[in-house]
Amino acid sequence: MFALSPTSTVDVNALLPAIVMLPVAALLLAFLLGGRRTQGTALLVTPFGIALAVALACAVWRSDRALVYVLGGWAPPLGVALRADGLSAVMLVTTALIIPATGFYALDLFRQPRQTPEARAPFVFWTLLLAVWAALNGVFLGWDLFNLYVALEMLTFAAVPLVCLDGRAATLVAALRYLLFALIGSALYLLGATLLYGAYGALDIGLLSERIRPEPAAWVALAAMTAGLLAKTALFPLHLWLPPAHAGAPPPASAILSALVVKGSFFLVLRLWLNLAPPQMAASAVQLLAAMGAAAILVGSVLALRQKRLKLLIAYSTVAQIGYLFLALPLAVGARPWFAAAWVGLALQAVSHAFAKGAMFLSAGLIAEALGHDRIAEFRGLGRIAAPAVLAFGLGGLSLMGLPPSGGFTAKWLLLTAAIDSGQWLWALVMVAGGLLAAGYVYRVIAPALAPADGLTPIKTPSRRRTALALALAIVAVMLGLAPPQFGTFLRIGAPDAQKALLK
Amino acid sequence: MSVGMLAGLGGAALIGLGLYGLLTHPHLLRKIIGFNVMGSGVFLLFGAIARRGAAAGLGADPVPQALVITGVVVAFSATALAVSLLLRVVRETGGPFFPDDDGAA
Amino acid sequence: MTLAAILDASFAALTLLVATYAIFARGLFAAVVAFISYGLLLALVWVRLSAVDVALTEAAIGSGVTGALLIGAAARIGDADGARAGQPKAMTKIIAALLCVAVTAGIAAAVLSLPTPAPTLAPRAVRELPATGLGNPVTGVLLAYRAIDTLLESVVLVFALIGIWSFSRDGAWGGAPRSPDAGTSDSALTFLGQLLPPIAIIVGVHLVWTGADAPGGAFQGGTVLAAAWILVMIAGLRQPPRIDGGWLRFALVVGPALFLAIGLIGYGIAGAFLAYPEGFAKPLILLIEAALTLSIAVALGLLALGAPARRHQP
Repeated sequence: MFALSPTSTVDVNALLPAIVMLPVAALLLAFLLGGRRTQGTALLVTPFGIALAVALACAVWRSDRALVYVLGGWAPPLGVALRADGLSAVMLVTTALIIPATGFYALDLFRQPRQTPEARAPFVFWTLLLAVWAALNGVFLGWDLFNLYVALEMLTFAAVPLVCLDGRAATLVAALRYLLFALIGSALYLLGATLLYGAYGALDIGLLSERIRPEPAAWVALAAMTAGLLAKTALFPLHLWLPPAHAGAPPPASAILSALVVKGSFFLVLRLWLNLAPPQMAASAVQLLAAMGAAAILVGSVLALRQKRLKLLIAYSTVAQIGYLFLALPLAVGARPWFAAAWVGLALQAVSHAFAKGAMFLSAGLIAEALGHDRIAEFRGLGRIAAPAVLAFGLGGLSLMGLPPSGGFTAKWLLLTAAIDSGQWLWALVMVAGGLLAAGYVYRVIAPALAPADGLTPIKTPSRRRTALALALAIVAVMLGLAPPQFGTFLRIGAPDAQKALLK
Repeated sequence: MSVGMLAGLGGAALIGLGLYGLLTHPHLLRKIIGFNVMGSGVFLLFGAIARRGAAAGLGADPVPQALVITGVVVAFSATALAVSLLLRVVRETGGPFFPDDDGAA
Repeated sequence: MTLAAILDASFAALTLLVATYAIFARGLFAAVVAFISYGLLLALVWVRLSAVDVALTEAAIGSGVTGALLIGAAARIGDADGARAGQPKAMTKIIAALLCVAVTAGIAAAVLSLPTPAPTLAPRAVRELPATGLGNPVTGVLLAYRAIDTLLESVVLVFALIGIWSFSRDGAWGGAPRSPDAGTSDSALTFLGQLLPPIAIIVGVHLVWTGADAPGGAFQGGTVLAAAWILVMIAGLRQPPRIDGGWLRFALVVGPALFLAIGLIGYGIAGAFLAYPEGFAKPLILLIEAALTLSIAVALGLLALGAPARRHQP
């Protein structure tokens, strides 16, 4: 691969626009060709997408600093730049693995019929799969607030129709509610970007971080943008739209929405408070966000415990797991000894939740297929007829509970030690409580599934390929806990160096 | 007061107004109108900032102007998406309301 | 206070008043009509802000096409009885009102605290303009300095269209959207439908052509063309197209695809993705704008038409 050869003179920075444009080009082609060739295009492009993301990760690792690409040669503030640091590279690779996995999982569910005219659901699913991919890549590489606004809107427009692919009244209502939340979110985000431009004459995050001061315009701007992004990320108490939307979507779409789409807007919250805002502003704001995160963990977990249907349980668990991301923020801000551990823990939580949640929604789809329903009360004997699906669910659950050796364990361990080192005992307690509650709701599914029962016959034996894909995602979530320490070093490449900012 | 300031304050008022419509109207098409008023308030605020940045012989800073043009088109797409989803919801549920709430978005 | 300032203030008050009515009007139709008038007033505000490019877009899209969309939806939904859903409780309204007042106050405080002299990119935008061969700095921003936003935005239109089409029933896929046909054989409407499109085409093409140097451009030209197309369909002179037509889909992607291709050429020749080779900037920009205008016009028209409702006889 060209990015790996040491003597290559090819500009590795060009990988940045290539990563955004590959799914865009594929989408345009898939849209134009239509019919069966839509899905063919979407699947054909996946290996290239993976290769580009991996090549970028290698390039970031080798250069040991964030890569920047100035589009069209017009430097900011007039022009727009893209930027990839360790965290963006990891999120890009995560996306590039989960999207193809769900795509190949969905192959039978959204197969375009032969000979007959083009069918609705397959065309929409395959084009929007590429659309979500393009939008997420834009979000993870964006370094200009307005460019990121366009990417966020791309993400919304691609994600909302996935919720109501089945056309049932309940999912249509869920999609509309999601859309309204997301649109308020976009408007508030744009409002903030507008004020920052008015105050500092730039939209580039790097330039803004040099110019921004703790003054009214900056506070109002960041508050509005954060509120908008929280609505899109579904942080408690703005979570109401998420459970019906994520639980109502077809399983592969749920996997993408829960694993990846909510991370897009969360990623921008990180950009705002860790990259853009000065530390003295961030220090107080992140405490509020952490409090909301703590509430999300407790409320989301308790509600997950009380759900009667598997997909709703998984969706409420997303509400809770998003909480951890925000709870980690105060630990990752400021020049403190625990900063590095918290940063890595936060990133690892985002990534391992993505794989775990993807695996859980995909296995929920397999379970629903085997049983014809997803009522947890009737899961007795499930382990006998759909053992691999239950295993994938359980392995994903391992990561949510934070049991070793999963990625969730390492993430939560790092965050817990950071919380204790920093004396933030309350946050440490919430993390432990969240882990216990997660154990509770995962146990509620696993226990009856493993109980013996006679006479349960599967309606349909789930395909091996799909089972393997769900298991693969679950195994990645577990293996992340065994990642070498270099993974932490990688995640810190280009991370905001709070120490330097404080000394300035 | 300069035109720029006036427009900026007007934009602030429109944002609050639109948000209120979005939050309190049970009729979903009225919510969509609220979203549009809110969005146009944000654009107007950006227009005010463009006007304040008049320089180099231009009556307004061209960068925010271009961004607003992009934004207006995106907002229209969002409106079209919301309206057509709403029409389908009306057909499936029989009314332009969320079935089980007190009107909060 | 000068006369201009008094005029500006009263104009701002009028705009706010109409917007308030659009939010608080009792009837749905009154609200929609108020919203459209508000959009037109806003276009005039944009002229006062010396942003003629935005004024054109606001008049065409913000008021015109959005208005057509809202009127069509209001006609189909009807002014349903709000009592069915239950009005929000007085307490909810009070809390919402307090929140919105706080939001407005916060933004107003931020606006009043903005620095003077205001930071601006105008001098830079003008300084770099010769390299693009353009005379209109707004077009320079849209197609050169921030070309990526425009490219992605033309793709957003395709996303939105896929979304809207996805809200159709399975049986209707591949068919055409419901005709906005007024259903009357109104001769005045038919006359308008025949008279306006040629004019609109000339105006639209003119806007794209002069957009390089004067206010106008692909978006403005595209909306005028879209509006003309919608009018023709309202007059019943043309039926909405099937959404699976090859030419239709080609027209929708040709703009972004050509933009992307020229961006790649820029990577090969001019050293950066979305850079223009020296001396070729203006012709390439005009080429992109021509293709974008077509894609934008078709996309906006289809966005306004909504989901396919019936399958044509093959």
